[in-house]
Amino acid sequence: MFWKVRLPLLLTALVGLVPIVTFFLTDRVPLIGPAVPFVRDRVERYMIIIAGFALLLGVVNVLQGNLRRIERRLPGWPFAISLLAGLLVMGVFGILSAFRVGPFQGLLATPDGRATPFYWMTIHMFNPLQAAMFSLLAFYIASAAFRSFRVRNVEATILLTAAFVVMLGRTPLGEYVLAWIPGGERWVPRLTDWIMAVPNTAAQRGVIIGAALGAASLSLRVILGIERSYLGLKGE
Amino acid sequence: MNAAPWFEPTRVGAPLVLLLVFSALVLFFIHLSRRGREIFIRRIAGIAAIEEAIGRATELGRKVLYLPGSASVDDNQTIASLAVMRHVASLSASYGADLSVLNKDPLTFAAARETVQEAYLQAGRPDLFTPDRVTYVTYDQFAFTAAVAGIMVRERPAANFFIGAYQAESLLLAETGQSVGAMQIAGTAEVTQLPFFAVVCDYTLMGEELYAAGAYLSKEPAMLGSIKGQDFTKAGLILCILVGVTLEIFGVHWLKQAMTIR
Repeated sequence: MFWKVRLPLLLTALVGLVPIVTFFLTDRVPLIGPAVPFVRDRVERYMIIIAGFALLLGVVNVLQGNLRRIERRLPGWPFAISLLAGLLVMGVFGILSAFRVGPFQGLLATPDGRATPFYWMTIHMFNPLQAAMFSLLAFYIASAAFRSFRVRNVEATILLTAAFVVMLGRTPLGEYVLAWIPGGERWVPRLTDWIMAVPNTAAQRGVIIGAALGAASLSLRVILGIERSYLGLKGE
Repeated sequence: MNAAPWFEPTRVGAPLVLLLVFSALVLFFIHLSRRGREIFIRRIAGIAAIEEAIGRATELGRKVLYLPGSASVDDNQTIASLAVMRHVASLSASYGADLSVLNKDPLTFAAARETVQEAYLQAGRPDLFTPDRVTYVTYDQFAFTAAVAGIMVRERPAANFFIGAYQAESLLLAETGQSVGAMQIAGTAEVTQLPFFAVVCDYTLMGEELYAAGAYLSKEPAMLGSIKGQDFTKAGLILCILVGVTLEIFGVHWLKQAMTIR
């Protein structure tokens, strides 16, 4: 009970309170002053180190799950082979490059300016795949807009009208169309800027303020030990 | 010794006062609720629909897919997501639904596995829990998105939960889920992603609703009391904004200057 519940709660309270207190203090406070810049600057880096160790746990889980899938010929097992092949090739090349073993001299470029094998795979295989996934967003935005911008009720009509005005005012095609409308090039961009600067910003700020208070309330519950979901437990 | 240099002069004004007032209000309402006073929290449609979504998945014999977002466990949205995940796992265990939790962050993966296992145990169905229910996919944003989209298209889940911090992958995931006919409940505090979820998903928990979800589901007095304290702080801030705007209109600047953080 102590190691699984009380100790984590105690550590959480300590780690949560210390940055809050040091936020208001300077390094001239007696006794704890020298620790203030340390807490402010270093603690966040330790989180990155811990996450690095946790990444190992994730890699082990990926290997176990996919090896099991291949062994039992579960649905989609050929994808598991390609995943493990990619993981091993990039992983091995990356480690060898990081330790500069043999022909693998560095992660980016060799001393004479040529791309290392790891970097070559990154820019010729990994980056294009990322760009392909990102580019799907354009089509998905179009399909989502087609479904949602309908005159169903008052709110949907306002959404449709505002989206239409903003698209006219912010896209090259809109600029071209406005040139054909008398006065369009003068008042539509101004209306677009007003929509983005006033109602849109106001709504965003409202959500941000609410979310910030919600996050602060959750943080207080975590520090006090009332919220224990991060330990896999129910509340107090 | 002069005590002034002990405190950062630009930080002990409005930030400290706000922190103290906020903490006092939250602690006060937690204390009230623990003493038995009933705290009312309005119905949140997205949370009430969780049971409907899992029931639908059970009837159709298809999966329930839960994604706790792309941030690590140090992010408040992920902590809030773990609270909702516990409820979803508990219901899935009770109904016998096929739950699958896919993680982008390794620390979140570790916490999620504990949460789901504990939920199955508390629901009295530890036999239904297998480690494969909670898996780590990859840390890269679009590799994760591609993997999850592929899983959605192949396995056609009946209920998708996107609860946590999301970035550009939000619309990709939600649209793919919509295309396979899943009932989708999303929740995030990322202002830039909320419009995508609101347009595509059946229910969306916006900002503070996500943070209140854990308290709402647990029904514990201390949790509900903290929501009430937060609401009173928000009311106070709204009043400050109204008073401040009025004073600014009449050329009185002291409130704005007092609330400015340098």
